[in-house]
Amino acid sequence: MAWYIGRRLLQMIPVFIGATLLIYAMVFLVPGDPILALAGDKGMSDALHDQLVAQYHLDDPFLVQYLHYLQGILTLDFGTTYSGRDVGDVMRDVFPVTFQLAVMALIFEGVFGIGFGLIAGLRKGKIFDSTMLVASLVVIAIPTFVLGFVLQYVVGVKWGLLPPTVGSDVSVKTLLMPAIVLGSVSFAYVLRLTRTSVAENLSADYVRTATAKGLARGRVVRVHVLRNSLIPVITFLGADLGALMAGAIVTEGIFNINGVGGTLYHAILTSQGPTVVSITTILVIVYIFANLAVDLLYAVLDPRIRYA
Amino acid sequence: MKIRRFAGFAASVAVGALALTACSSGDSSDDTTTASGPSTGIVTANSSEPQNPLIPTNTNETGGGKILNMIFAGLVYYDAKGETHNEVADSITSDDQQNWTIKIKSGWKFTNGEPVTAKSFVDAWNYGAKLSNAQLSSYFFEPIEGFSYDKDSELTGLKVVDDTTFTVKLTSPQADFPLRLGYSAYYPLPAAAFTDMKAFGENPIGNGPYKVADGGWEHNVQIKLVPNADYSGDRKPQNGGVTLKFYTSQDAAYADLQSDQLDVLDAVPDSAYSTFESDLGDRAVNKPAAIFQSFTIGQWQDHFKSDEEGMLRRKAISEAIDRDSITKTIFQGTRTPASDFTSPVIAGWSDKIPGNDVLKYNPEDAKKLWAQADAISKWSGKFTIAYNADGGHQGWVDAVSNNLKANLGIDAEGQSYAVFADLRKDIGQAQLDKKSGLTGAFRSGWQADYPSLFNFLGPLYATAAGQGKGSNDGNYSNKTVDDLFAKGSAEKTVDAANADFQKAQEQLFKDLPAIPLWYSNVTGGYSKLVGDVEFGWDSVPLYYEITKK
Repeated sequence: MAWYIGRRLLQMIPVFIGATLLIYAMVFLVPGDPILALAGDKGMSDALHDQLVAQYHLDDPFLVQYLHYLQGILTLDFGTTYSGRDVGDVMRDVFPVTFQLAVMALIFEGVFGIGFGLIAGLRKGKIFDSTMLVASLVVIAIPTFVLGFVLQYVVGVKWGLLPPTVGSDVSVKTLLMPAIVLGSVSFAYVLRLTRTSVAENLSADYVRTATAKGLARGRVVRVHVLRNSLIPVITFLGADLGALMAGAIVTEGIFNINGVGGTLYHAILTSQGPTVVSITTILVIVYIFANLAVDLLYAVLDPRIRYA
Repeated sequence: MKIRRFAGFAASVAVGALALTACSSGDSSDDTTTASGPSTGIVTANSSEPQNPLIPTNTNETGGGKILNMIFAGLVYYDAKGETHNEVADSITSDDQQNWTIKIKSGWKFTNGEPVTAKSFVDAWNYGAKLSNAQLSSYFFEPIEGFSYDKDSELTGLKVVDDTTFTVKLTSPQADFPLRLGYSAYYPLPAAAFTDMKAFGENPIGNGPYKVADGGWEHNVQIKLVPNADYSGDRKPQNGGVTLKFYTSQDAAYADLQSDQLDVLDAVPDSAYSTFESDLGDRAVNKPAAIFQSFTIGQWQDHFKSDEEGMLRRKAISEAIDRDSITKTIFQGTRTPASDFTSPVIAGWSDKIPGNDVLKYNPEDAKKLWAQADAISKWSGKFTIAYNADGGHQGWVDAVSNNLKANLGIDAEGQSYAVFADLRKDIGQAQLDKKSGLTGAFRSGWQADYPSLFNFLGPLYATAAGQGKGSNDGNYSNKTVDDLFAKGSAEKTVDAANADFQKAQEQLFKDLPAIPLWYSNVTGGYSKLVGDVEFGWDSVPLYYEITKK
């Protein structure tokens, strides 16, 4: 087990270098002149332009720029943004917020998705099941921003139940609405995955055996059906954590959250290499860890899986 | 301030802003102060994270500009009508409009206790002008003797006489020089700034009505400003502080305004254009701002050169555009059709300049003019207007193109660029006669940095600003105009100068180097919790006047 984890962690090194190199290359290749963009509509003199280009090492060849960046990373210096801020500081600001939001969304979709999915799967073909199938389809069909704006307007502005935006007040209360919006689509998928998986496992041999042994229905459902049904769901949730963190741009914009998605989006627009690469690299690492955790959970859920 | 544009969400944080006196309930700060003293509530307002460190000479967008205007006091300040008043300055005088003597009041202090002296200004300006400091607003010091775009050089035109006096020698007479001294690039800096400018940009030390609260700047979230007790100027805070909340989406700010989570909003999102005036009633603001929008037809373009044919065609195009309908339908009344090349919020503006009837919609005449031009030299091909797709321009470009198609019987369409920087680059190439992807006209616009008529004209239409050396992107060149600019700049009074500049505009209407379209409006509003909200000439609310219980 320890050997397995160690091997997985070692694999992260080439992934890290490959990811930074690739992403850096992509940012480098983005057309447009970020320095000229700093000047806005009025342009700037050539001499000033050259001065700024040199200041941000934009005149160096690609590999030199990349090595310069890597060298900084080794000393935990992630570079600076065009506004002169340390990229490390920027990330310290945004990652905790986004992480909190993503985890809340994950809890929402996990608890409600698995809960409703389980009931629907147990009552396959009944009215609750059909209702859930239709409802989840509707949720999947509604674009996130529509749901976001509608919830914000109705719950936040009209009824005044929850604050319409987050801003400086990052708390469970303010993040509740954004987390529901962010997790809504995945919630529907989790529900459907759980339902199908549960319905299938209900007719599995070992469930029939357990029931025949005279086990209580509750125990059969909890230990034999649900646990085995969770494998595809956990796989989905693990991959979703990364997606929730990186993909919250729309939600963050609607609810004015200073998070990873918006920062990344803005950095890409203004070709801020160090910011883009640093944030994406951390996201890659989050993905790797989440996947590792999922793989380890398999063994917990299904006794047939062993890591040597 | 520059007009900056970001795509999608971040949409036009800087752009939206702007205009003159709000329709607030009266002019006012006086009666509240006399009755009960300043109110003590903390006013919240929308803004955006500064794009650069908070150094006056390195800030060229409204996110940083709003903060600087509150934490610094310059030689002069602007009231709601764009009139200039002395702030730190005691007097600004000149006999020839070229050699200026500036006396400042004594007793002013920076918040670190350092006195504000003549040296505070001279050192700050020299820092801002020096090429190797790479300050984005360095071009503001261009008129001062000694300035160089190409190498590090001292501003030799600046001389400290004593603690409260310094002199400024300009390279040419400029009657409107005092008008620009309220702009952030001209703010003074304490000596402490020069030892570590990076740290200063993070924790600026000013002399203005407000100061940044301890640890008050939460990046990308908000900045808290509290009244500066040492401030002794006219812009005395009437509230207990101002918190600028940073929004990446104006929709979020608008939602906050509607639920009283935000007091003052200076940019209504596009999605609420049609409803905000009914939503907010008399708390809605919608007035022309100091932003002029146009599209420019380069002087290098065949059939549009400054000869008889070119002038006929330019005039025809201008008369073929139905500005009233476009501002009403595409912009839902948040633009005001242009009647000159400047802006109604600037002192000296007039809608009666001879020749401005070319801005009136007149399709029959347009058709006739175009036919006359065709008689001189036949036109074929497509008329294109280039724009950046990330700035919300496609709507009006399509509408104008349709006008041209319908009224002139020619083929016309927009030429889309992904981002503004790409368009800029191609304009620069075309100006220098190099290979460029630009196929025709291009959108252009100007937002004034300071309330001066000349600021809308000189930088855009003077020969010296052409060929990539300034913002005369169409390479327009006309001796009459240049002469009037020079004459106006040497006049003794601003009024006399403005008369010359209006004459120059008469010539501009004949040549139409750019086709004026409309003035952008400031659209904003405020909550029920605040009073005395007035928008400045630059469309930024006068935060210090706002009262909140």
